[in-house]
Amino acid sequence: MPEVQIRKKFTVIEEIFHDGGPRASIPLRRAAVVAIVRNPFAGAYVLEISAFMDDLKPLGLEMASSLVASLGGDPKVIEGYGKGAIVGAAGELEHGALWHVPGGYAMREILGGAKAIVASTKKVGSPGARLDVPITHINASYVRSHFDAMEVGLADAPRADEILLALVMTTGSRVHARVGGLKASEIKGEDGLR
Amino acid sequence: MSASIRKLVTFIEETRSEMGRSIDPPTRRAAAVAVIENPYAGKYVEDLSELMAIGEELGELLTQRAVTALGIPATSIESYGKAAAVGENGEIEHAAAILHPKLGAPVRKILGKGAALIPSSKKRGGLGVALDIPLGHKDAAFVRSHFDGMEVRINDAPRANEILVAIAITNSGRPLARVGGLRKDEIKGEDGLR
Repeated sequence: MPEVQIRKKFTVIEEIFHDGGPRASIPLRRAAVVAIVRNPFAGAYVLEISAFMDDLKPLGLEMASSLVASLGGDPKVIEGYGKGAIVGAAGELEHGALWHVPGGYAMREILGGAKAIVASTKKVGSPGARLDVPITHINASYVRSHFDAMEVGLADAPRADEILLALVMTTGSRVHARVGGLKASEIKGEDGLR
Repeated sequence: MSASIRKLVTFIEETRSEMGRSIDPPTRRAAAVAVIENPYAGKYVEDLSELMAIGEELGELLTQRAVTALGIPATSIESYGKAAAVGENGEIEHAAAILHPKLGAPVRKILGKGAALIPSSKKRGGLGVALDIPLGHKDAAFVRSHFDGMEVRINDAPRANEILVAIAITNSGRPLARVGGLRKDEIKGEDGLR
């Protein structure tokens, strides 16, 4: 199992009081944690890459728990999540897909069995590339008030032989959510969708 | 007059390795940023004292947030910097009113010391504008290992009538600093320079 080499860890915590409308009684909080790791497959086509998913598991767990900590430490307040990756120029998009399992399962484990699929995005990009990480409700993907996204990125990453890995969590709906759809209070919680 | 805050954002960056060399303990830095309404947007106002008062308030709030984010005693902070970005309906002088007259005193009170000038930058810009916060040692501006900068940006700020105000602090100088100059163990700390 090759060691995952981490160059940098980056955390962003947002506290949103309003977006032009009435001030929220409880501000929405959103946080993203980003790790910059060396891409062991950079510069060549490697057929067998999937073992790296296991190598990334401890990092996924570390990132997911540090996200919960940065939002106050109580996993019960987390209502939305998402994940994403930017692969540096000497890698391929498929390397970003290695993050689905360790990133997603780490958040579910830390949150105690969240049911919905973890929304995700990925791309190949250069240092400074920005990624809009999609966010949905942790237990029911169709909850419209929780569709959101958080932009992340770092001026000096990913370098060509690196991958930027991102996880995002939120404590609630968009701050002035009012476009209908399934409400969080109506979740059945059986299939992860509704 | 207190600031009308739409959003507070905290950034934490931790560098664990550079050029394959381990950085142990990691260099860590944090920036706290407020997105506030500009009370003088869209008009020329001679007396900017409201913004000076806001500067004092944010000096305390943002320094506290940044110190909390780093999770170390305030007295262990080694370098600092400040910056502001004014939305398109404001003037650069609005950034100056926030940053220069009154913001520094509460920063120094929280950090316990701070003989050196707080390095600063300012600009006018649109949503997502990148703000490069200059960093310098808090007690002696000539400490070369601590000359640095931290980029922050918020994709939805500043709107035309807003100002983005940032304070950054660190636990150390650059990773792998090696270009000579005054070292931190040589600081006299009398004049803020050496």
